[in-house]
Amino acid sequence: MPSSLAPAGVPDASTGVPAVEIRGLVKRYDGRAVVDGLSLVARQGAVTAVLGPNGAGKTTTVECCEGLRTPDAGTVRVLGLDPVADARDLRPRVGVMLQDGGLPTGVRAGEMLRHVAAMYARPRDVRELGERLGLDAFARTTVRRLSGGQRQRLALAAAVVGRPAVVFLDEPSAGMDPQSRRAVWDLVRELRADGVGVVLTTHLMDEAQDLADQVHVVDHGHVIASGTVRELLADRPGASGTVRVEASPGLDLPALVRALPQAREAALVTLPDAGGGLGTASAAEAAGPWVVAEVEPGVYTLTGPVDPQALAAVTEWLAGQGVLARSLSTGQRTLEDVFLDLTGRHLR
Amino acid sequence: MTSSERAPTTATTTGADAVHPGGPASGGDRNLASPAWRRVAAQASFETRAILRNGEQLLVTIVLPVMVLLGLVRTSFLDLDTGGYARADFVTPGVLAVAVMSTAFTSQAIATAFDRRNGVLRLLATTPLGRGGLLAGKVLGVLAVEVVQVVVIAGVALALGWRPDVAGIPAAIGAVLLGTAAFTALALLLAGTLRAEGVLAVANLVLVLLLVGGGVLLPAGQLSVPLAHAAVLLPSGALGEAMRGALLDGAVPPFSVVVLLGWTAALGWGASRLFRWH
Repeated sequence: MPSSLAPAGVPDASTGVPAVEIRGLVKRYDGRAVVDGLSLVARQGAVTAVLGPNGAGKTTTVECCEGLRTPDAGTVRVLGLDPVADARDLRPRVGVMLQDGGLPTGVRAGEMLRHVAAMYARPRDVRELGERLGLDAFARTTVRRLSGGQRQRLALAAAVVGRPAVVFLDEPSAGMDPQSRRAVWDLVRELRADGVGVVLTTHLMDEAQDLADQVHVVDHGHVIASGTVRELLADRPGASGTVRVEASPGLDLPALVRALPQAREAALVTLPDAGGGLGTASAAEAAGPWVVAEVEPGVYTLTGPVDPQALAAVTEWLAGQGVLARSLSTGQRTLEDVFLDLTGRHLR
Repeated sequence: MTSSERAPTTATTTGADAVHPGGPASGGDRNLASPAWRRVAAQASFETRAILRNGEQLLVTIVLPVMVLLGLVRTSFLDLDTGGYARADFVTPGVLAVAVMSTAFTSQAIATAFDRRNGVLRLLATTPLGRGGLLAGKVLGVLAVEVVQVVVIAGVALALGWRPDVAGIPAAIGAVLLGTAAFTALALLLAGTLRAEGVLAVANLVLVLLLVGGGVLLPAGQLSVPLAHAAVLLPSGALGEAMRGALLDGAVPPFSVVVLLGWTAALGWGASRLFRWH
């Protein structure tokens, strides 16, 4: 297997000091570890998505990077500096968009942005930024009367008005209409082009898929998979499809792997433990370009170069086992599939 | 000025600087932030405008003290023992003390509690303002509102015939600053530990209780006996006595100063230990 499903930790050597480098971060609330041995690296000039279900520890991790919380163990470095000890040097270089906005309710939107801009020596042009993000329409409206999307756009503007080198965006698209979201994504891409390191948390798959250069899937306080979207989708040359089969549980996976075309070798690979979110262990097999797994009892996914021969091999395999599939579908594997495979399909 | 024209500043940040031309790379780190005085001044002005624009806050900080002043000077609901002083002279120092309490304590506690709940404190703490600048801005904002209060209340009082002891004005200013320190510390202690709705209720209730039985409007000695002994030890009683001492007799009683200093130290210590930003 390539590095796609390995936990993060290896810094990308291509650009000097990383925007963010977290090693073995632990943060406990009332004795309960919300972040538990989390490690990841985010590069400058790249968008890094921290993807995970609610309660996975995303916000706490970002707050440790922002100097708002002090880690219980592990190290956090932003631009090579300690967010708590070197706060004075870091604050002017780091832009923050909090999940709950952090906007005072009685103040007008335009006034709030000008106020944050006043903290910096050379802020962005407030008028230009307001135009970019469509803030002009409500610049004289108090924050209390803004819609969720308007507040998010204002909070994003406040995060970038100081020309930061690193930006942390906690759930930036929450509550946004599609137009707002487009404007926000365009701005994020522009920041990246300017060399800014952007770290965003999200549970929106399309956001990570469309924006992120690097994705870290977080669950139960640690990173369970890292890689580019392409790597996470196991999108090696020719491997672009999935087959999903629902049948009886416990079918013979090695037999399926042997039946598939281009299966040069059959190696047993265990997916990284999703931390107990699933009731069953995820058995997975990888052979050549194929990754095959029983993602939950009786549900099998095959990722690889899906073609008519491959599909025939699957049905032959089912026939060989004397099993009739309840459902069989082919399709493009999405990040959502990866995410659900890793974190479990159960409500929590 | 861009990074290409400037040598990188420190070894630890050169990598980041190199990949971010035109942005935060230029100059020293400190140059990226506006000067500290400007940040604090901006925050103080922001806080002052927020309070003066808020109807409920204006009610507590301006309208309430003026009503108390008018009520006590112009009507005779209360049979005041003014100790031979003119009614306006006797009442105004206490009303000024009430004004200090309403701004430094009630108004500040409520504003800070809601800013804390809405994440405003955390967001501003991540900007170059930082936590220290935020606190300094708040204190200066309180003092700015107090200047407005004093102008309004003194104006009304003078119109009602108030003739303060001019020699006591510097002492009165000192008493206002001490009282502001003690009550701001109490406001932050409350705002940093209770839920916003709880702070709203407690801050208003405490103000009313101290108005009635805290020895602020009327000398503690005029309260019933057990309350009289307690009130001189309260920050409200101490502030009231200090203001009356300064503006009626030209001198602040040392005991009041000691009490206010003690409360400031204790409440400041408590707030710095117990204040939660989240």
